[in-house]
Amino acid sequence: MNSQPQRELGEVLLKAENVNLSFGGVKALNDVNFDIRKGEIRAIIGPNGAGKSSMINVINGFYHPQAGSITFKGVKRTSMKPHQAARQGIARTFQNIALFKGMSTLDNIMTGRLLKIRSGLLSQAIYWGKYQREEVEHREYVERIIDFLEIQSIRKTPVGRLPYGLQKRVELGRALAAQPDLLLLDEPMAGMNLEEKEDMSRFVIDTNDTFGTTIALIEHDIGVVMDLSDRVLVLDYGRQLADGLPDEVRNNQEVIDAYLGVSHD
Amino acid sequence: MAELDTFPKLLIDNARRIAERPAMREKDLGIWQTWSWSQVRDEVFALANGLAALGVQRGDKIAIVGDNRPRLYWSMAAVQCLGAIPVPTYQDSVAEEMTYVMEHAEVRVAIVENQEQVDKMIDIGERYPGIEHVVFDEPRGLRDYDRSALHDFEQVQEMGREYAREHPDFLQREIDAGQGSDVAIFLYTSGTTGKPKGVVLSHDNMLLTAHSSVELEGLSENDIVLAYLPMAWVGDHLFSYAQSLVAGFCVCCPESTETVQQNLREIGPTYYFAPPRVFEGLLTSVMIRMQDAAPFKQKLFHYFMDVAKRVGVRKLEGETLSTGDKLLYALGDLLVYGPLKDTLGMGRVRLAYTAGEAIGPEIFDFYRSLGINMKQIYGQTEAAVFVTIQPNGEVRADTVGRAAPGVELKINDDGEVMYRSPGVFLSYYKNDEATRKTKTEDGWVYTGDAGFFDADGHLKIIDRAKDVGKFASGKLFAPKYIENKLKFFPHIIESVTFGDGRDTCTAFINIDLGAVGNWAERNNIAYASYQELAAHPQVYAMVKESIEQVNRDLAGDEMLAHSQITRFLILHKELDADDGELTRTRKVRRPFISERYGELIDALYDGRDHCHIETEVSFEDGRKGKISGDLKIVDVETYAPLRAAG
Repeated sequence: MNSQPQRELGEVLLKAENVNLSFGGVKALNDVNFDIRKGEIRAIIGPNGAGKSSMINVINGFYHPQAGSITFKGVKRTSMKPHQAARQGIARTFQNIALFKGMSTLDNIMTGRLLKIRSGLLSQAIYWGKYQREEVEHREYVERIIDFLEIQSIRKTPVGRLPYGLQKRVELGRALAAQPDLLLLDEPMAGMNLEEKEDMSRFVIDTNDTFGTTIALIEHDIGVVMDLSDRVLVLDYGRQLADGLPDEVRNNQEVIDAYLGVSHD
Repeated sequence: MAELDTFPKLLIDNARRIAERPAMREKDLGIWQTWSWSQVRDEVFALANGLAALGVQRGDKIAIVGDNRPRLYWSMAAVQCLGAIPVPTYQDSVAEEMTYVMEHAEVRVAIVENQEQVDKMIDIGERYPGIEHVVFDEPRGLRDYDRSALHDFEQVQEMGREYAREHPDFLQREIDAGQGSDVAIFLYTSGTTGKPKGVVLSHDNMLLTAHSSVELEGLSENDIVLAYLPMAWVGDHLFSYAQSLVAGFCVCCPESTETVQQNLREIGPTYYFAPPRVFEGLLTSVMIRMQDAAPFKQKLFHYFMDVAKRVGVRKLEGETLSTGDKLLYALGDLLVYGPLKDTLGMGRVRLAYTAGEAIGPEIFDFYRSLGINMKQIYGQTEAAVFVTIQPNGEVRADTVGRAAPGVELKINDDGEVMYRSPGVFLSYYKNDEATRKTKTEDGWVYTGDAGFFDADGHLKIIDRAKDVGKFASGKLFAPKYIENKLKFFPHIIESVTFGDGRDTCTAFINIDLGAVGNWAERNNIAYASYQELAAHPQVYAMVKESIEQVNRDLAGDEMLAHSQITRFLILHKELDADDGELTRTRKVRRPFISERYGELIDALYDGRDHCHIETEVSFEDGRKGKISGDLKIVDVETYAPLRAAG
């Protein structure tokens, strides 16, 4: 469906070099090398336990690799905390939805603006002066996201009452509210039916298109990945199996073996 | 300025007379935005000039496809400024259905809402290459599309402003050249049978109808409506476009189809239209929510709803009330009716119309007792909506009222309703045969509906003319009229009546498993299956009582007293579209049922008190099975016809 001609890729936004991560004796990531370029949709795929979520967690500073480095926007770092990653412009969604269930859609997305608020505590507490103006601006940005994700009808609904597919959408909204340079999506389509998947794919493409956001996503559904992404990284048992254009990856024998299984005799 | 006989001339007049009054509202980024009449005029003119720059000429047909959006309403006006003809199309039809309309109407330009509709236009282009330009409102997702024939709404307006600088007199000349007798719009009927037909309506048709109805109901620039019904439907075209231009009232567009109920509450329209099923759905949701309310609130609600039932309708009709009733009603309004109406978004509704199908008397009275002036109308696309309207003070649940202003009505020898009015359509586009069949030489239109006038001169619609039959005595048999009366009982979900060519009327009844099951639970009646519940003596007794009530009702009606139900049975299975007994839209397929259950019908007429039946059924997974049963047949009391009073 989306067989657009291959796009020009921008400069390198994030570079992972020889990343190694292990939990005790288990090697979750083994010498992984790849980059994410500005403006692209980058997929990370692999069978269960391949190290995909670990890779995302390394990027946003939740895990610290034992060896290797991450260079983001030209700055090299070995260890970093998640809130620092957020400050640098990395936002994410979670495999298991992590929203504030009792708060409305609007308020949940507003929390994504937290890091953009510049006025002080006092001004916020008395809702006066600078903060008042600021909140109007933030609200406007959030409304733009609500409009974009077509969730006007649930603006004031507590998130806990929403069906799964919509909660995923709200979570994407919250990540977008941070106006990230790099958006990490951890299985955005897991557990969705076909229609919800199609909707979500549309939103991922439109996000990339409208906001110019660079996106790295983990996904199980190979069909979706091949349609959506510019480049695909394949992991298997922490090892980097392949890295390239969707078509190259699709025809890579090692990838086929990893997915379909191969007899070891 | 010349006579205001076209929509564009009216727009110019409004933009001068009530320039700063709100004409249109739409919620954008969570905030309601308003356009005044003078702003609307400027937007419309910019677009009209832009369309002229794209090459649109007098007589061209321009498709308009999308949800209710201000820009799409402006498009209609802009197209009419040029003397071209807008063709609004049902936005949810698939490309295939739309292709027929586009091809039939020879559409040259399409103005559409968003990417979804643009995609359809591209699809249509493969089979019908006549669409030269597509203009879209919402640019989202369209960045990588080929732009050679695709234009952004704002760009077209920009082109228009440029064009207007080069040709300053052009648009005014075009508007002045328009006349009331010109074609204003094509409205395609959705067509339950066969291909859709393009109803051609003139400016006069729409405007004369709009003028007389605005006058009758006292609509003014202070009114406000929410436009949420399809733009391709004649009702929306009249309520949200024609009447708005004539009366100068404000039209609000909902944020999206899912937010209609919320937006209704925010806007608080004073004038509202909805088909009966919407009113029914709202009432059901209120009742369900009340059941979950605290006991005290429930008591309060039911007490005051009883007061409303007793007093409300009489108050609305302007009867004199006792001081006690007045006080009670005022208290009820404060505690219950006011908050309830506000929740429903009807806090300010002065005038509500319903039409399209029969509405249950309880539902009708519920809204009226709350003080909402709800009325039934009867209309058609071919009549530019109004054929009849219920005048204030003469509103009933079972009639559709008197002839609307300027409409002449008659019933022909076959019992079919006919009318003649200033709103009568010019023709069906490119279908002279259908035009001749529907419209007589001297302007009378066949409605296809059978009806009669009651003692007070109100029109009663009983059925589609083709479904009406005759008893052996030659008297009228209107199955759907009787079936509708039966279906108003909550425990009857479907019924089929027989009588064509017979001496008396008999009925099959289908019980509503939800309602009857609930009732059984509350009355400690055990049952294992639908079939067992349907055959339960107490269920039979309940249905018998309902039918007798219908018979009493019918006895009071001179025209239909002879069609009281004499015998009935309750079917052992639900009528089902999967078995071919209903259409997909849940209409009864009479011939099929007559054939399939022929034996049961014979039993209804030969005096047996029970009958054995074996029926094949299809399960949802496609397998077939058989169910059999012995159905009881019960006689029902009938009543002597009452002479209509007065």
